[in-house]
Amino acid sequence: MLDLPWDFTAIARYFPGFYAAALLTLQITFFGILVGLVLGLVTGLMRLSTFKILNLPAKGYIWVIRGTPLLLQLMIIYYGLIDLVNIDRMPAAIIGLGVHNGAYIAEIFRGAIQSIERGQREAALSLGMTPTQAMIRVVLPQAFKRSVPALGNQFIIALKDSSLASAIAVRELLLRARQMGSSTLMMLEMLMIVGIYYLMMTTVLTLLVGRVEKRLQVSDYRD
Amino acid sequence: MIKIRELNKWFGDLHVLKDVDLDVAEKEVVVVIGASGSGKSTLLRCINFLEFAQKGQIFIDGKETDSRSKKLHLVRMEVGMVFQHFNLFPHRTVMGNVIEGLTQVKKLPREQALGQGRELLEKVGLSDKADVYPAMLSGGQKQRVAIARALAMKPKIMLFDEPTSALDPELVGEVLQVMKNLALEGMTMMVVSHEMGFAREVGDRVIYMDEGRIIEEGLPDELYKNPQHERTKSFLARLL
Repeated sequence: MLDLPWDFTAIARYFPGFYAAALLTLQITFFGILVGLVLGLVTGLMRLSTFKILNLPAKGYIWVIRGTPLLLQLMIIYYGLIDLVNIDRMPAAIIGLGVHNGAYIAEIFRGAIQSIERGQREAALSLGMTPTQAMIRVVLPQAFKRSVPALGNQFIIALKDSSLASAIAVRELLLRARQMGSSTLMMLEMLMIVGIYYLMMTTVLTLLVGRVEKRLQVSDYRD
Repeated sequence: MIKIRELNKWFGDLHVLKDVDLDVAEKEVVVVIGASGSGKSTLLRCINFLEFAQKGQIFIDGKETDSRSKKLHLVRMEVGMVFQHFNLFPHRTVMGNVIEGLTQVKKLPREQALGQGRELLEKVGLSDKADVYPAMLSGGQKQRVAIARALAMKPKIMLFDEPTSALDPELVGEVLQVMKNLALEGMTMMVVSHEMGFAREVGDRVIYMDEGRIIEEGLPDELYKNPQHERTKSFLARLL
């Protein structure tokens, strides 16, 4: 019998003890993505505007957020702004993840909107729609559909990036693993548990995105 | 119905429409021909303001429209447009496409819009396709749906921008038939097309454009048989 320094039966024993932390991870991710989608849509549309007053702030936001690490952004929101506003750790994590993802999602939406053939907008206008109606009724529904694969990818990144919230003391999966690791002296086992949780969640998310993609394909079917 | 005076349009340095004057009377069917790049499509697109001419005047039904107007959508409601590549909305069914303008622009109740939609689909012979998505249709069927969609707005004039040039040859006839019926009903039409048979059968006038100018116009039979201008002659010679 090989004598390993690890006790892998601990994985099964301690696994349920991470349930609450996993729920926090899911919450940060879910609300972070929600904030990111709203910010992303607004910023993406602003980015496409011909008015500098809309387009430049959007460009600036994307430039700063994509050009600096999420970990730094979280620390600025939670520790850096303490003299200005005292944001609790959970809201700080959600805002941080949301603002960060907003920049990426904005670029996803922008690309998708630009990929819709010009004739679609023209057909809508020729029916007497206003430019806003044409965007909402004709361009955006098609752009959303086209952005689903890229959005799914971004959601998975967001889920994994939520682990950075451990750096601002949110007791999500990773922080929980480190705490449990020190108290049980079984660091690898605890980290492996967390790894299994992440893998399970990203797998479910991947499957969900796949199903949404399938469902949106109804209008593409040919006999 | 349409009056155009000294219309000029540039794309950057390219002068694509040069002092175009044109009148289209009510119920008239005008066919526009010319080589690619002659400005015929641009002329059509200027009439419903998908392109903006930099100089000149466009009167539709007696009213002059300024391309900077905020009410362009109201003008476009009266001018139906059919595109070369159909531009059907792929995320809506055939019926969804036809009633889109009725429910969104005219704000008709859905039931009423559906009633009109059914009549229009019957008119273009596609009643059985109401619930399918455009991806399942042939090119000819798509174009007939596009015509029904434009007609739903009860426009005063219909513009056709090369409606049959993206179609397989065997599908051209069904689209032209729908257009012929429309012309016989008294619709005012401007058609960019090289379908000579159509022009001779229902066209009241053929206009030949070259390098942004209207070079020659006349009755279809006369213009095709006996073109006056050198360029018209050589163009028609290449067409046949």
